[in-house]
Amino acid sequence: MAEKVKIMDETGIRRALVRIAHEILEQNRGVEGLVIVGIHRRGVPLAKRLAEAISQIEGVEVPVGTLDINLYRDDLSTIGYHPIVRKTEIPVDVSERTVVLVDDVLYTGRTVRAALDALMDLGRPKAIQLAVLVDRGHRELPIRADYVGKNLPTAKREIISVKIAEIDGKEEVVINEG
Amino acid sequence: MAEWNRKDLLGIEELSAAEIETILDLASSCKQIYSRQIKKLPTLRGKTVILLFFEPSTRTRTSFEIASKWMSADLINISVAQSSVVKGESLYDTAHTIEAMGPDLVVVRHRAAGVPQALAQRLGCSVINAGDGAHEHPTQALLDLYTIQERLGRIRGLNVLLVGDILHSRVARSQIYGLQKMGASVTVLGPSTLLPKGIESFGVKIGKSLDEELPKADVVSLLRIQKERQQSGLFPSLDEYALLYGIGEERLGLIRDDALIIHPGPTNLGVEISLAATEDKRSAINQQVTNGVAVRMAALYLLLGGGGLERHEIAL
Repeated sequence: MAEKVKIMDETGIRRALVRIAHEILEQNRGVEGLVIVGIHRRGVPLAKRLAEAISQIEGVEVPVGTLDINLYRDDLSTIGYHPIVRKTEIPVDVSERTVVLVDDVLYTGRTVRAALDALMDLGRPKAIQLAVLVDRGHRELPIRADYVGKNLPTAKREIISVKIAEIDGKEEVVINEG
Repeated sequence: MAEWNRKDLLGIEELSAAEIETILDLASSCKQIYSRQIKKLPTLRGKTVILLFFEPSTRTRTSFEIASKWMSADLINISVAQSSVVKGESLYDTAHTIEAMGPDLVVVRHRAAGVPQALAQRLGCSVINAGDGAHEHPTQALLDLYTIQERLGRIRGLNVLLVGDILHSRVARSQIYGLQKMGASVTVLGPSTLLPKGIESFGVKIGKSLDEELPKADVVSLLRIQKERQQSGLFPSLDEYALLYGIGEERLGLIRDDALIIHPGPTNLGVEISLAATEDKRSAINQQVTNGVAVRMAALYLLLGGGGLERHEIAL
């Protein structure tokens, strides 16, 4: 690993999330019928923070859930290890609601594809939107984010590392030259 | 990354505590599907599972069927009465034929110990032991462990009392391995003719009487008196067995309020357990059946989900 470039620090991440919270409210004209769902693992704390930011702005609680996509992966027979399957816990029925999916990095789009399938099995949401902290490009599927913390054009060999306090003990987005 | 690197699930004896924990954790995630309206995951789409049962089974076979179907695997059921085995086909002919059909996993139950192991060596696909003779029945023990953990919140440190026909019981053998690996201590109790010689070498205690042991137990695990395996003369009569080793209404009073009663089923009501005991609030018998699906989903996922395992060459 030759070089490390810090793209976002704690403040940068916080500002991005607050902005996304505003954008979600603007786009959906409030919180009516919203549910924020984080994709395991780092999407989960990010979803919680987005919900907190929204409730600070609007003074209304937004339901938050978690989604595990490992049983919906398209690469299970090729990845060569067993991803840990965590819990899917969404406190409300997703049917007729607008679900905001949250993940740390948007890359090939395959995780989001799996998440869409997983969500559809739980009900028929009115709409699904996608919020990510970093969009690094290189999509392999026709998927795009509705809310992006930072657009980060990368080379495929580069590795984006997102650290979130609840999981990693620190807050940063770093590019490692692979 | 989950702790698992096996092609087959043949017994609890060879599993580590970490591997057992992997299955139990995964089962708890799989159990979430129970509460869904649409019970279908795409996880094992395109995988073929063959159930090969040389012995009758209701719970085990049905729960493997449900687990496979909920995870979208294609399922083929071969039961012996309908297969060429009745025409005298040997086990290896059968294995050969199955291999040629190209399944990804075979679930096998056989009256002879060692059959799943022999198949696993000869088949390129994964093999799950669904009970081999008096040897092991790993998925049963795993669902028992799961049920104990779910109901009592832990396994470590518990006193588990195994009552009945330990000699002929593959469930008992798998339970003993699993419970000890997970840190429980095990006491066995039964007619001396139904305790295997040298059972102490398993590291279990031998209980004296039910009335003495019941108040000490956190879990009372009752084993089925296997009439089909019973040579005559191992104990005087079913009535006497019930008197000495059965959990009737009066013995329910000796079992602690916070203890758990488990039984792998099917029960011989009035022999090892009374109807009242099966319906008691401490009984987890129905919950065991329910949990069987989640545990088998976990096993299927671990054996079929990761493709990085080296598939064995076909050696028939």
